[in-house]
Amino acid sequence: MPYHPELTNPLKVEDFNTGVFPTWCPGCGDFGIWAALKNALVKLNLPPHKVVLVFGIGCSGNFNNFVKAYVFHGLHGRALPVGAGVKLANHELDVIVIGGDGDGYAEGLNHFIQTIRSNVNLTYIVHDNHVYSLTTGQASPTSPTGFKSKTTPTGAFEYPFNPLAMAVSAGGSFIARGFAGDIPHLADLIVAGVRHKGFSFIDVMQPCPTFNPELSYDWYRKRIYKLETEGYAPDNRFKAWEKAQEPISEKIALGVFYQEERPTLEDYYSLPQRKPQAQRSLDKIDINPLFEPYK
Amino acid sequence: MQTEIKTITIKIGGEAGFGIKVAGATLGKVFSRLGYDVFDYTEYPSLIRGGHNTFEITIGEKVSHHVRPVNLLVALNQQTFNDHLRELSDDAGVIFDPVKVTPNSKNLRQFGVPFTQITKEVGGSDLMKNTVALGAVLAVLGGNVEGLLDLIRSTFAKKSESIIGSNINAARGGYDFIKNNYKEPFAYQISLKPARDHLYLTGNEAVGLGAIAAGCGLYVAYPMTPSSSLLEFMVKAGSKSSVVVRQPEDEISALNLAIGGGFAGVRAMVGTSGGGFSLMVEALGLAGITETPVVIFEGQRPGPATGLPTWSEQGDLRFLLHAAQGEFPRMIIAPGDVEECFYHTAEAFNFAEKYQMPVFILSDKNLAEGGRTVSTFDQKKIKIERGEIATDEQIASAGKYLRYKITDSGISSRAFPGTIGGEHDANSDEHDEAGYSTEDAHMRTQQMDKRLRKLDAALKEVPEPVLYGPANASLTLVSWGSTKGPILQAIEEMKGMSVNFLHFIYVWPFPTPKTKEILLKAKKLMVVENNATGQFDSLIKEKVGRVPEVRCLKYDGRPFWPHEIIKEVRQVLENK
Repeated sequence: MPYHPELTNPLKVEDFNTGVFPTWCPGCGDFGIWAALKNALVKLNLPPHKVVLVFGIGCSGNFNNFVKAYVFHGLHGRALPVGAGVKLANHELDVIVIGGDGDGYAEGLNHFIQTIRSNVNLTYIVHDNHVYSLTTGQASPTSPTGFKSKTTPTGAFEYPFNPLAMAVSAGGSFIARGFAGDIPHLADLIVAGVRHKGFSFIDVMQPCPTFNPELSYDWYRKRIYKLETEGYAPDNRFKAWEKAQEPISEKIALGVFYQEERPTLEDYYSLPQRKPQAQRSLDKIDINPLFEPYK
Repeated sequence: MQTEIKTITIKIGGEAGFGIKVAGATLGKVFSRLGYDVFDYTEYPSLIRGGHNTFEITIGEKVSHHVRPVNLLVALNQQTFNDHLRELSDDAGVIFDPVKVTPNSKNLRQFGVPFTQITKEVGGSDLMKNTVALGAVLAVLGGNVEGLLDLIRSTFAKKSESIIGSNINAARGGYDFIKNNYKEPFAYQISLKPARDHLYLTGNEAVGLGAIAAGCGLYVAYPMTPSSSLLEFMVKAGSKSSVVVRQPEDEISALNLAIGGGFAGVRAMVGTSGGGFSLMVEALGLAGITETPVVIFEGQRPGPATGLPTWSEQGDLRFLLHAAQGEFPRMIIAPGDVEECFYHTAEAFNFAEKYQMPVFILSDKNLAEGGRTVSTFDQKKIKIERGEIATDEQIASAGKYLRYKITDSGISSRAFPGTIGGEHDANSDEHDEAGYSTEDAHMRTQQMDKRLRKLDAALKEVPEPVLYGPANASLTLVSWGSTKGPILQAIEEMKGMSVNFLHFIYVWPFPTPKTKEILLKAKKLMVVENNATGQFDSLIKEKVGRVPEVRCLKYDGRPFWPHEIIKEVRQVLENK
């Protein structure tokens, strides 16, 4: 492998900077996720040219300008299928898909459920701030019932969407929750997610001081606890589902809720046994045997 | 028969779910192997059991399209006879089971064959009546039954001896019954042709073969008539040819998956119909602004909404031309026949990669599902051109890489993930040369112009339309896509009349300077389209600045029959 002239050896967090400074509000939880992601890439020793980051649309999507890698900034809610397409084209790349709660749990919910089922080997990080922020403050699927916003002046009516329980039900093989205010812990979760063989999902509790100030860093810190410190074993789908039912207004568990290993979408296509599709030589294709049924 | 018989049209009809399509395709293959040109056409409702299905094949020395009237009708039920009586020629024959069908017309040559009884005698299921009928068809047309028996043996090769045996006995039973009971030859008789090196296949199968030959590595589609048979073909043939074929949750996902694949460096394709493409519209713009190559197969059927799900129309041209918000380049290729489906699908991948834009293969149910004979495809004619791709070494020697570099041609090189130093942002936001979001007025204009310049460059490479018939004519027929077949068939029958035909495969970008000249110089234009509003006609008005004198439009879900075009042409030429 030729040496990448621009990189330090070993990799440093700065290797992933683009020179474009984030446009997020001061105090935004996205800064924590940004730092955790770069730290995780350093820990994984993944140079920028081997990483594909796919973004949706929202404040999380604006992230696309701030990390050096092969970046694809897609459409609102549609980042997961793009990520799966990259993976099917070149299974040797590490793919991380990044979106928000409006992006992934409203517009893109079907893709979320179906991508979980496929168990394609990529990592999905959701900036879950329980509000639409880039469109300046409307209720999202994870906004608590009664949440007052520009579009819900009398309070949100719908039952809040539970992404972790959803992921358990849909057959998720790696389901975790992190916190934007605990960068080392979140970085470790991302590392574990990328190393997991299969679809890894990390829902990240993210404070939005501008449009959801009530759910501040302090609000979260009063409720969070770590699954690993209380002897929780993430090997039981029923227990994971039960754990996911804890109302976040009371207790917020961080860590891996559930993990299992099972065949990935790439296994189904026998991709790991061959050269990536994108590197296949196109000079030696012979279609003549395919004519037989039509003779 | 005094006049020379050029074509014979045979129609089989019966209840849906009783294997009409399989029977018809089997017969088509028998004729194909006998050296005949074959063109088939099927009509079926959007349901699985209980409706009415028909399968028609026209055979002849040279056939460009199926022809009406029907010369031989196989009526597996009374409805077939009642519904299609008016489609028959005066000298037509009908094959039927007297216990099921009463042919209440004295003019027809009647061939009663006890399908039910023969089927029982050979110990076959109800479905085997079709096989009896096929044997009878070959006997009526004066052919021998061996070709059919060979085909039965190979089709059922994996089945038990008893299944093969009873099918063979069924075919022979139908054949012998005619031979023993109807001694006077039928008006239409086939003759032995020299064997030819040709294939008998549908437009969709040709599209699939073209895609595989072009190195398609990822095919993604959600089932929808008339594109589902392409998905099934790709699953079957693609798995033997290293194509990853994925059926995702919806068409939104399908196009986004393909775009992800294209970004990562694979040749990617999706397939759908108009309804599914409606869901892809958003992602079409994504391919446009991120300059990601993708090939989109769209098999048209009559809309809007669910429309006529299993019928044919050319109603989506303007939709594809303008789909998605904003302005960006795209290309539309509308093959006119099965052969063009193969070669131009392969070409679509080259255009998509060279110009880094979405390229459509615009087909319709008539072409997608219609089988016909073609000369065996020549893979050597297919050249793979992948456009500008930056390598590790090129980037290292240039010292930097700009994914969306402003260039004269509008084309900037792509770098696939994994390439050292080629990291960039393929950004759905307007972006600068590196791909980072920008709202700068100057850069916005530059990037828009860059993208649109690619279409000008592509136009220089677009193949010209083909002119059929004499160079000068009183009337020039103009069409695009699958209307080519019936028009060519009509032209064949209008020899001596002052008519020629300009057929467009490359519909957008349009027009080349040469095309413009041809269209402006033609004495009189008649645009023939399977839609209600004359979509290509309006494109000529807009882009060529000429109002075509006549429009010949049909939008009842059926393709044009050659005789309808001949009638229209006669009227125009006689009323000049």
